Amino acid sequence: MYFGRRRNWSIPYVLFLVFFVLVPLALIVLFAFTSEAGGFSFENFRKFLMHPEAMNILIYSIGVALITTILCLLIGYPAAYILSRMETSRARLLVMLFILPMWINFLIRTLATVALFDFLRLPLGEGALLFGMVYNFLPFMIYPIYNILLKTDQNLIEAAQDLGANPRQVFFRTILPLSFPGITSGIMMVFMPVISTFAIAELLTINNIKLFGTTLQENIYNGMWNYGAALSLLMLLLIGIISLFNNQGSAKAAEEGGLI
Amino acid sequence: MVLKDINLSIGKGEFVTILGPSGCGKTTLMRLIGGFLKAIEGEITIAGVDMTNTPPHLRPVNTVFQRYALFPHLNVFGNIAFGLNLKRLPQEEIKKRVMHVLKIVTMTDYEERDVDTLSGGQQQRVAIARAIVNEPEVLLLDEPLAALDLKMRKDMQMEIKAMHKKLGISFVYVTHDQEEALTLSDRIVVMREGEIQQIGTPAQIYNEPQNSFVADFIGESNILNGIMIKDRFVEFAGHQFECVDKGFELHEPVDVVIRPEDIYIFEKLEAAQFSGKVTSSIFKGVHYEMMVTTPEGFEFMIQDYNCFEVGQTVGMLVKPFDIQVMKKERLCNTFKGTVIDKSHIRFLGNNFSCDDAQRFESGASVKVNIDFRNVILHDNEEDGMLSGSVIFILYKGDHYHLTVLTEGDEHIFADTNDIWDDGDRVGISISPDTIQVENI
Repeated sequence: MYFGRRRNWSIPYVLFLVFFVLVPLALIVLFAFTSEAGGFSFENFRKFLMHPEAMNILIYSIGVALITTILCLLIGYPAAYILSRMETSRARLLVMLFILPMWINFLIRTLATVALFDFLRLPLGEGALLFGMVYNFLPFMIYPIYNILLKTDQNLIEAAQDLGANPRQVFFRTILPLSFPGITSGIMMVFMPVISTFAIAELLTINNIKLFGTTLQENIYNGMWNYGAALSLLMLLLIGIISLFNNQGSAKAAEEGGLI
Repeated sequence: MVLKDINLSIGKGEFVTILGPSGCGKTTLMRLIGGFLKAIEGEITIAGVDMTNTPPHLRPVNTVFQRYALFPHLNVFGNIAFGLNLKRLPQEEIKKRVMHVLKIVTMTDYEERDVDTLSGGQQQRVAIARAIVNEPEVLLLDEPLAALDLKMRKDMQMEIKAMHKKLGISFVYVTHDQEEALTLSDRIVVMREGEIQQIGTPAQIYNEPQNSFVADFIGESNILNGIMIKDRFVEFAGHQFECVDKGFELHEPVDVVIRPEDIYIFEKLEAAQFSGKVTSSIFKGVHYEMMVTTPEGFEFMIQDYNCFEVGQTVGMLVKPFDIQVMKKERLCNTFKGTVIDKSHIRFLGNNFSCDDAQRFESGASVKVNIDFRNVILHDNEEDGMLSGSVIFILYKGDHYHLTVLTEGDEHIFADTNDIWDDGDRVGISISPDTIQVENI
């Protein structure tokens, strides 16, 4: 009889969320505000502010994320646009090909990229890092934009033509503004994970360049749980603020089919 | 949709309606005028300039789309100013013109509103404003009122008519609603399956339909098979009537149309041309709509202000000028065929058994005639030699005249007493002794 009630079906999910999302989050907050010795303190945050190195890494990471996002957008938008104009069956195949690399483990893919760079005698470093980032996150930009372009009402394009817009004007005055929701979801889906990734940076720069994710990982790895938790919390806040900002900008857009 | 033999010229400032059932090619024709489709053959001229290959953005034509197609990323002002902004007019001029058309469509003070927050009728007005603000030579309206409720539709009809008068530009209005067409237009173009059936003023189309399709599509009508006895005399429903039509051959089969309001109905049988029994009577607000069956088995629809009881025997009379006589498009099904052997003939992509084939050499090309009555329709598609779907049903008073579209895109016409629905899938067969073969 408990089974009959529809609301009871949500119990497993609620339990999952409590144990694997809420509790860990609470623990992060708890650790972040606890000193090594135990007891409430702001020590971890003070440490972050006192060490310009950590701050610089954060700024550098944001820079890498920005550049990656811009590159993904510049490459991804035209790709999505071309795909959306294609005949559906062919477009579906090509979208599939874009997404196919995602089926391979992300570490193996990155190791393969390292091997490729070695084979071509290209230096590992900043360039390789950006290449790896774009390579890994491009599908996340293409897919939401492709989706929204596909859903664009053909009538609106005809209406623009009808009102005197030449092909360039049709694009800049209707298609582009109508695809903003797709662009914002694409940006969110690229920008946020890039800030926190560390494996790509580690492998493609032979650990020469540290991203914020790397710093985080090192601290946790070396048992500095409290400091690590504080850094995680900072990053969480940063991402939270960005997505909040994004949601406000496109509250209407989001309901029209953005992914986030 | 393929358009055939379209020859239409629209005067400056004229209100022309393109009317027809869905799939008749009216939208295709409109898209050709708008430039969204390219004509493979023929030409389109607007204001004396050949525009056949001109892309839509260079044509002096604006469109009000069926689903309005307002830009969701722009507000009302932005939508209406879209075309003017593209022309890079000074902002002041744009503002003045937008405000002016907002006044015409009675939407003043709405310019800052988001288009999503508007009702259907308001969106419709914005769509019209967005089109007329550009002062086109031609305004195309693609079923603009289809999405509105009845009351709103009536109001908007009046407003569109008034706007047309005020603006003096040509309106091309596409609709499947005959009542709308009659109300609005200077001229109506009735279309069916890519061909123009009739062009005329609303009164001409209503009073003098050129064929049974037009008569059936516009308004209510009684359509019957008739025979022209001689000039000004026609026989139908087992009686002879005086009419005003002439120029037909002696005993030529014709279609006769009588509007339900043109049959006089009364109790006294002495003055009647023919009589019948009332089988149903429904009050329609202003008039009663009655079905009357004659002893000969013909059913008439009659509209009258007086009510006659069901079961009552009534007399009826039709005045000569209320009888519209039309040439029949065809008297029987005609196909091109090939004789296979002494007992088989091939047409419509199938081999049919045919008794008449023995008179011809194998391999001969022949003309095959089949009476409408001899086309047999089956409920199960598998029971027929061919399958198809019913695309048009015409009630002829005592039987139905069906148009069936076969899988091979050919038309077969069948007379039947059975009731079918539009779109029904049917099997088609033809008895071997009813196929008549002729030399070409």
